[in-house]
Order: sequence, then C-alpha cells, then structure tokens
Amino acid sequence: MPALSVRQLRKTYRNGFEALKGVDLSVEEGDFFALLGPNGAGKSTLIGILASLVTKTSGEVTVFGHDLDREPEAVKACLGLVPQEFNFNIFLPVIEVVLNQAGYYGIPRPEALERAEFYLRKLELWDRRQTEMRQLSGGLKRRLMIARGLIHSPRLLILDEPTAGVDIEIRRGMWDFLRELNDQGTTIILTTHYLEEAENLCRHIAIINRGRVAEREGMTTLLGRLEAETFVLNLKHPQSKAPDLGDFPCLLLDDLSLEVEISRGQSVNGLFAALSRRGIEVASLRNKQNRLERLFLDTLERRGEETA
Amino acid sequence: MSPDFRFQAGQDPAPAGGTRLTPGPHPVMSRWARYRVAFMTILKKEILRFSRIWIQTLLPSVITTALYFVIFGRLIGERIGPMGGFAYLDFIVPGLVLMSVITNAYSNVVSSFYSSKFSHFIEELLVAPVPNWVILAGYVAGGVVRGLAVGLAVTLVALIFTDLQIHSILTSLVIFTLTAILFALGGFINAVYANSFDDISIIPTFVLTPLTYLGGVFYSIDLLPEFWRWLSQANPVLYMVNAFRYGFLGVSDIDLGLALAIILGFIVALTFYSLRLLDRGVGIKT
Repeated sequence: MPALSVRQLRKTYRNGFEALKGVDLSVEEGDFFALLGPNGAGKSTLIGILASLVTKTSGEVTVFGHDLDREPEAVKACLGLVPQEFNFNIFLPVIEVVLNQAGYYGIPRPEALERAEFYLRKLELWDRRQTEMRQLSGGLKRRLMIARGLIHSPRLLILDEPTAGVDIEIRRGMWDFLRELNDQGTTIILTTHYLEEAENLCRHIAIINRGRVAEREGMTTLLGRLEAETFVLNLKHPQSKAPDLGDFPCLLLDDLSLEVEISRGQSVNGLFAALSRRGIEVASLRNKQNRLERLFLDTLERRGEETA
Repeated sequence: MSPDFRFQAGQDPAPAGGTRLTPGPHPVMSRWARYRVAFMTILKKEILRFSRIWIQTLLPSVITTALYFVIFGRLIGERIGPMGGFAYLDFIVPGLVLMSVITNAYSNVVSSFYSSKFSHFIEELLVAPVPNWVILAGYVAGGVVRGLAVGLAVTLVALIFTDLQIHSILTSLVIFTLTAILFALGGFINAVYANSFDDISIIPTFVLTPLTYLGGVFYSIDLLPEFWRWLSQANPVLYMVNAFRYGFLGVSDIDLGLALAIILGFIVALTFYSLRLLDRGVGIKT
C-alpha cells in the first residue's frame, strides 16, 4: 500500500488560474521523497490539498489507503505538515503551540506534555519552552514547526521548504534528524529549493512544472541520466593556456582554475590520466553545478520546449 | 462521519541499538474522546487568550457600564422617574448586563477567529482531525465564557448602585446563555467573511450597537408611538432584553415564549449557516 497516491489531481483557483493540471503521483511507504519545481509550479497547491488547506477541483487522493473525500479525519491523523510559512500565534509560548496542536489531534494533556518534552528536547527547544514565539529566531521557529508537525507521530511527514533561511549548521542538524526519522519508518515528502538537500536526503524525486509532473524517478536513476558533468579544478601550478586533454573539453578560467567537462562514458580516472600526461597537478576539485540542479534545469528546459 | 480509527505511529518500537525518535504510539481513543480533547483545547486557548489581555477584553465593558449606571441610573434616572413600574436604574440594569454579554460574546469570537485567519494559525486546526462542528463549538464556547464573565462582573458592579432583585434565576440564566451563544455565532460569521481588521468592527459599530440601543435597554417600547413600537418588534435584541428583564423584574413588553422561540430560531439558523461556511471553506481555504 503506498503512503500516498494521487490520481488526476486538478486545481483551478477562483481567478481561473489552473495550478494543477492532472497530477499523478505515488509515494511508497518508508520513502524519502523530493518534490521539486520552480516557483509557481504547483508544489504548494499540491501540499495544501494533501493537508486539507486547499480544496481540490477534481481527482483522487489516498493516504495509507484512506480516501481524502471519504475519510478526511483518518487522512489527517496519518499526515503531519511542516508548512513553508510561519503559521502560529506569535504571542504564545513555545510549549503552548505544541500542546495546543496535540490537543487538536485529541491527545490527552498528560500524554501531550510527555510528547512535547520529547520533541522539544530532541529539537533543542526545551530550554526555550516558555519563550514567546515572536522572540524566537528564524531557525528556532523552523525547528518548532517540525516538533509541532510530529506531535501526533504521523506516518507521513510533509515538509515544505523546511530549511529556507536557516544557517548551514542548523540545516545539517535538521538533515540528520530527518534521516533518522525516515530510518525509523516515517515516510517523508520534502520540497526544497536547495537541490543539494534533495540529493543528499531523498531516494525518489518528482519534478513538477506548470501543474504537471514532468519527471518521477529514483534519485540514482535520475542522476545516472546526466549527459555530462562539469568540474572546476584548482591547479597547483599556474598555466598560461588551456591544455590539450584529448577527449575532455576544457577551459582555463584563470591561471590556476581549469573547467573540464566529463561526458557519460568517460571517467574521472581518465581525466586524471590525461592531466598526468601533461604534467598538471591538481590541488582540489569541485562540481561546477550541483548534479541535480543541472538535471532539474534540463528537465524544465525540455518540458518548456515540448509545450512551446 | 469517518469511522473510528487508530492513530498509528510509524516508528515504534525503537530500532535495536538506536534511540526512538517518537515517544511511542497513541493509545487508542474513541472518536468522541478525541473530539472532547479537541473542544477543551480550543476552549482553554480562548479563555487564556482573553484572560491574558483582560485590560482590553474584560475591563472596558465593566467601566462603560458603571458609567451608564452613574449617568443614566443615578444622575438622569432620578429625574426620569419610574419606568414600567420600577425605579429607572432597576429598569435598565438587565438591559445593560445583556448589552455587555452581547458585545463581549460577539467581539471575542470575531477578533479571535479573524486573528487566526489573518496570521494563518487557523491552519493548525484545519490540518488536524477536528470536525467543523467541534471548531465552531470551541470558538462559540470561548465567546460565551467571556460574555458570561463580563456579564457577571457588570451585575456585581450594578449591586453597588442598587439592590438587585431576581424574579426567576432560571429564566435569567437561560436567556443570558442563549444570547451569548447567538452573538458568539454572529461574531463567528463576521470573522469568516472579514478580509481586514476594519471588517470586524463594521458590524458591531453599524449594526450591533444601534440594534442594542434600540432594543429596549433604556426604555419600554410602550412609550413609543404605534409605528415605532411595531417597527421595534422586528429587532431581535428587543426580545432578548425583555426576556432577560423578565428574569430580573418579572415584567416584559413581550411574551417570554415568543422571545425564547425567536432566540432559539436564530441560534439554529446561524449554527447551520456557520457550519455551511466552514464546510465550504469560505474565507479559510482557497
């Protein structure tokens, strides 16, 4: 039984804007799934429908076998949402935000207190439990939204850009937490604009563009489709012109930086062999562009051409 | 209605050698037990909200009504003479108490629900398995509690100025509560349609206040010419004020049964209308 099944989901807003044009999507139980797409692609509308915040125009949604139209309460009980925008009462203390959410899910107060302490400690917010929401930093607010979304132990957690505006240290900590959560059985759907985040965390990916699913693949399969990758090499000794590396096209960015393209079928070993033949020593290297970012842009470009 | 279901935690028990990331699954709870917890959570949240800002929510009505007692009851009232067979101050006390109940029940729900829409924390409720009628009941109950708290405070203030007599405690309590429910529902509908903070003050200013002032709080409609007396009977507040006055003084310009029927009729109609708005997601879902 899939954790989430979406069939022919459509949403047309009152102003006539068609945000979803027949989305089909399936997410298996236990998956860590990335939902990517440019701004305005329909990701937030899709998440809004799943979370009962947006009414769908047509189509079917089932969560762990529960139909959204027929069993909305069962769907809601299975699902936890960490929204993109802060949506809490800024005048309430941290602990009350979490306890109220537990109460809305019908969790009795003594158990809600245990759960609140558990998650607030886990997300390093326990010492701030009496602090009013408006006094928290952006990173702490993001972590609180995760604690709030988990308070009823959902089987499916949806995170809509959970690390937006969060510093790298907190972001890495959140990644570790989410990975652990997924390892222990929670299915996770993540939307993000940090493609490195999706590549690091997710096993499957769907790219939504202009209200349709443009791509739906396993992360490894998708990355395997890359035609070429571009690397930037930092050289040990300055070069005056781009060396001849045979089948590896290259461009000298400055006297110590060389950009090289490796096509599918070629290997990094081959590149280093060619560099050694020219007596060029490499101090370090990096991807010019995140691999997923390149695929993402390729997909959008391809679909754009198809619909043009 | 959806059937009972179990909350299922996806990650229990703890993996061997690891630490659990959730404290374990929920106990199995009946649907009604969950609804009760959700209702009490909304109600407690509402009570805490108006209690925290009591200077803005509870005190103004008490001060305003005390001024009415001083000015209309004592200073002017003594020159007016008896009304409906009672001292003028005694005559206006029930209406003033009910006026504070109406204002506070209405404004509590309208401002609280609109704020939750404006700041989007209504979404905390919408994503949870809480039926719409529990949401409505929670907010209305919050408004009723504030209305009753202020009504009680105003009644206590009235005791400073006059010896209150109560003809029928039961009638007073029933009308007191039903009126609070009715106007809490009105506040809810106003909040659903409101798109700005201006929208939540328009109805109280231009509809509620005139209806209350012309609802027989300060006078008996027997004093009015035939046409105005007839027109006043279209004002629902008149029935509430008179029924409540009957509870205090044992006299009323209108029939008590008719007043009860009208109040209950409005409550039923507004409840169905509110639920319909919630079911359709008006003002809260896109």
